[in-house]
Amino acid sequence: MTPDFPIPVVSFSVLLPALVVLGTGALVLVLDVLPPRDSKAHLGGVALAGALAALLATVWLWLRGGDGRAFRDMVLLDGYALFFDVVICYAAALILMLSMDYLGRTGGESGEYYALVLFATGGMMLMASAGDLIVVFLSLELMSLSLYVLAGLFKTRLSSGEASMKYFLLGAFATSFLLYGIALIYGVTGSTNLDRIAASAAAKGGDPLLLIGLALLLVGFGFKISSVPFHMWVPDVYEGAPTTITALIATGSKAAAFAALIRVLVVALRGAQPDWSALLWGVAALTMTVGNVVALAQSNLKRMLAYSSIAHVGYMLMGLVAGGAQGAGAVLFYLLAYTFTTIGAFGVIALCVRAGEEAVEVGDYAGLARRHPVLAATLALFLLSLIGIPPLAGFVAKFYVFGSAVRAGYVWLTVIAVLNSAIAAYYYLRVIVFMYMRDPEGERLAVAPSLAGGLALAIALFGIVLLGVIPAPFADLAQAAVAPLLR
Amino acid sequence: MKLGLLTVVTFLPALGAVALALVPRRLDQVQRLGALVVSLVTFAVSIPLWTGFDGDSAEVQFEELGRWMPSLGVSYHIGVDGISLLLVLLTTFLMPLALASAWHAIEDRTKEFVITMLLLETGMLGVFVSLDLFLFFVFWEAMLIPMYLIIGVWGGANRIYAAVKFVLYTMVGSALMLVAILALYYQHGAATGAYTFDVPTLARWVVPPGLGQNLMFLAFALAFAIKVPLFPFHTWLPDAHVEAPTAGSVILAGVLLKMGTYGFLRFCLPFFPDATYTFAPLIFALAVIGIVYGAWVSTVQPDLKKLVAYSSVSHLGFVMLGLFTLNQQGLVGGLIQMINHGLSTGALFLMVGMIYERRHTRLIADFGGLWKVVPAFSVLFLVVVLSSLGLPGLNGFVGEFLVLVGAFQVNGWLAAVATTGIIFAAVYLLWMYQRVVFGEVTHEENRRLTDLSPREWAVLVPVLLFIVWIGVYPAAFTGKTEATIAALLAQVESKASVALAR
Repeated sequence: MTPDFPIPVVSFSVLLPALVVLGTGALVLVLDVLPPRDSKAHLGGVALAGALAALLATVWLWLRGGDGRAFRDMVLLDGYALFFDVVICYAAALILMLSMDYLGRTGGESGEYYALVLFATGGMMLMASAGDLIVVFLSLELMSLSLYVLAGLFKTRLSSGEASMKYFLLGAFATSFLLYGIALIYGVTGSTNLDRIAASAAAKGGDPLLLIGLALLLVGFGFKISSVPFHMWVPDVYEGAPTTITALIATGSKAAAFAALIRVLVVALRGAQPDWSALLWGVAALTMTVGNVVALAQSNLKRMLAYSSIAHVGYMLMGLVAGGAQGAGAVLFYLLAYTFTTIGAFGVIALCVRAGEEAVEVGDYAGLARRHPVLAATLALFLLSLIGIPPLAGFVAKFYVFGSAVRAGYVWLTVIAVLNSAIAAYYYLRVIVFMYMRDPEGERLAVAPSLAGGLALAIALFGIVLLGVIPAPFADLAQAAVAPLLR
Repeated sequence: MKLGLLTVVTFLPALGAVALALVPRRLDQVQRLGALVVSLVTFAVSIPLWTGFDGDSAEVQFEELGRWMPSLGVSYHIGVDGISLLLVLLTTFLMPLALASAWHAIEDRTKEFVITMLLLETGMLGVFVSLDLFLFFVFWEAMLIPMYLIIGVWGGANRIYAAVKFVLYTMVGSALMLVAILALYYQHGAATGAYTFDVPTLARWVVPPGLGQNLMFLAFALAFAIKVPLFPFHTWLPDAHVEAPTAGSVILAGVLLKMGTYGFLRFCLPFFPDATYTFAPLIFALAVIGIVYGAWVSTVQPDLKKLVAYSSVSHLGFVMLGLFTLNQQGLVGGLIQMINHGLSTGALFLMVGMIYERRHTRLIADFGGLWKVVPAFSVLFLVVVLSSLGLPGLNGFVGEFLVLVGAFQVNGWLAAVATTGIIFAAVYLLWMYQRVVFGEVTHEENRRLTDLSPREWAVLVPVLLFIVWIGVYPAAFTGKTEATIAALLAQVESKASVALAR
């Protein structure tokens, strides 16, 4: 008897955006060994072109419409995946623009940097379109391994090495939890496909093994999205890694992890929603509180933003707790707004130099508004968006998330969240205090001229204002994107 | 949607700020002049709101309704009624004066200063004209940041502490208000099927009485009470006032504090009538405590600006007292008292600022005998002081009288206690005036002081004009508000009884 083994449908168009990114990554590796060997600046241009081509491909697929499935439903191409592809490609493009001059200045310029950024980006995009836990795992590894290396890019800097090592060890540990969770879920349901897991779980009812598998999955994802109590790696890695990579970890990898988490929870484990909702309620409250309270005590800007990013994960989890199309849509919009804002904030740091070193202490920024008013105003706007001051993107994002939570009846969680936002205002405003209200001491802060970097900041700034003033079309897109999940 | 007058008034200052951002910073005279012109034009454009407003109607006038986020039920809905009209005009009136007062006081980063002030004006106007809760909240939060910068960048020695305290206090209050806004939105949506942030629509709906309504009322009330500031939420105010530059203090006292009392009037009363009746005695009592406490603390202040700051706590107590009498006289009196406080206290801050520019001190003990040195200043200062303490014939009397008439109908004993606030006001203001202006010149530096300059005359005379006008003929102002107040009271009563009947 021959086993029933149909040849899976091979449809590369479903993979098109990811293939463009990964292909460009391979191309960069080849170009790296060709002349000119002394300058790597052109590789950045090639990588950027790849990210933009992927963006165009995504938009083309979006306009063409229609969902795609390929490789026995392992890879899905729906509005949800495309939404995340756009977010991730934007993040990658902005980070590549910021990287060009940053790497040249810090001596980290190399072909493999650009290639690895693209590989990581490809992994992120695959995570967003994963329809099978195996693909989730593989793409997560593709992304993570690239990022482990990138975090240690500054080979001569101890902190960079520490960041890489820590990220790798803890990341590997967390991934093993994820894999164990996948194994348990496979054991209970007999499948790794998300739809079939959902069907099987519905037929079987509440199996304790399934819940243990769910918990282990949440550990693995909790690490990647940096929710409490799996956040310990965040400050050290964010501080030690090159600033552009920090921005990528904070935005792209977080978006991708959320993409996979939402799809797994909402599609495969929808039967267990009361369980994971209750669990995530506590995680969300804890995450935002720990993130904000610890951020209060930070004097290093990168560490402060690291803890603040933890706090923002807490807000985003609220949307998941609230559930439904509205909650998940709010998370998607939040990720979009957060990506623009956070890349902008890290981007400004990447441009500032003091005494030959990167300016990372809050005190370094004293008096910045006097000498570089435009840059100071730019950073101030990004920080105000992170606080959630209207009419900037961060406000609308919080409004949607809080709104979805109140609608679902989680009023007390929302009260915790808004009080957290008020706490958070203190440490973000402290940076503005330094920039606008204090005078500098010692050596002056210099701003490294960078055309591409300036352009990236301008795009991010435009993004947060646009999302803040006319959020409706983007919010509707986010709602439409999560609709296929909730059929 | 065609461009309405109210939109022009609201966004003209912001437009001016954008234009000034393009002017090079070394042309600081151009910056100052440009900002002044923008604010004067804004005032001129806002005058037709006054002349065209029909005071006999309780309807929203100059209404504009545009689409913004239809899927969420958010619209661009603005308009003025008898409550907001006077506050809009107060804002457009005070802003040119504040900018003119800062002509020499702000030398550092003039460009940023004028831009911030103009953005602040748009934020404040937006708060008063918004008829959509989302839009209101956007302006309410957005306007925090310019004020924060004005205190923190151009303020006194302890400015950073004061600025951060100001922002954090306000943020905590408005954070809970946001939750209440969302709760109200979803409750209304679930009950009626129409998800909307439209204020008139929400005000018509009867919120079910009980714990939910009480909590929503408290969340709104906390945000507004901090802003007012109602005792015991007032501790940010003296810091902010003392550290802010003169122009900032004028705007803070003149307009920003009114946002709190306006919020009570616009949202708390019509949205949550049952809770209003439940908590009115509490707020009534807090207002009386604020009146007396503010007056006592003012009496012992050695610093002129701090004295005026604490007197605001006392005066705003009168406003709150008036609003929570929940009768016609009290509410009209409270509303007029808002305007009076904006004019009188604004003028006090302006004059303290003028004397500070000359002597670089604000301590009462450093002055004395100014009557002989700067007679014109002393006379105008006397008028402003008398207006602030409520002398009949000047504006302060009208408001306080109406408030007390209203208050005596509610609770005679508390009203009697509140009346002592007027006596204490006479004590601290006149005693301060006596120490500063009368007697012999005790400090030699004071002999060389110069009297008011033409610019300072130009700043003060318009305020004094209104101080006398409201004092002599208040009907011109109360006439614009009475219909709206009567309609509001009728709405509160009918909604409360509907809920009671259920």
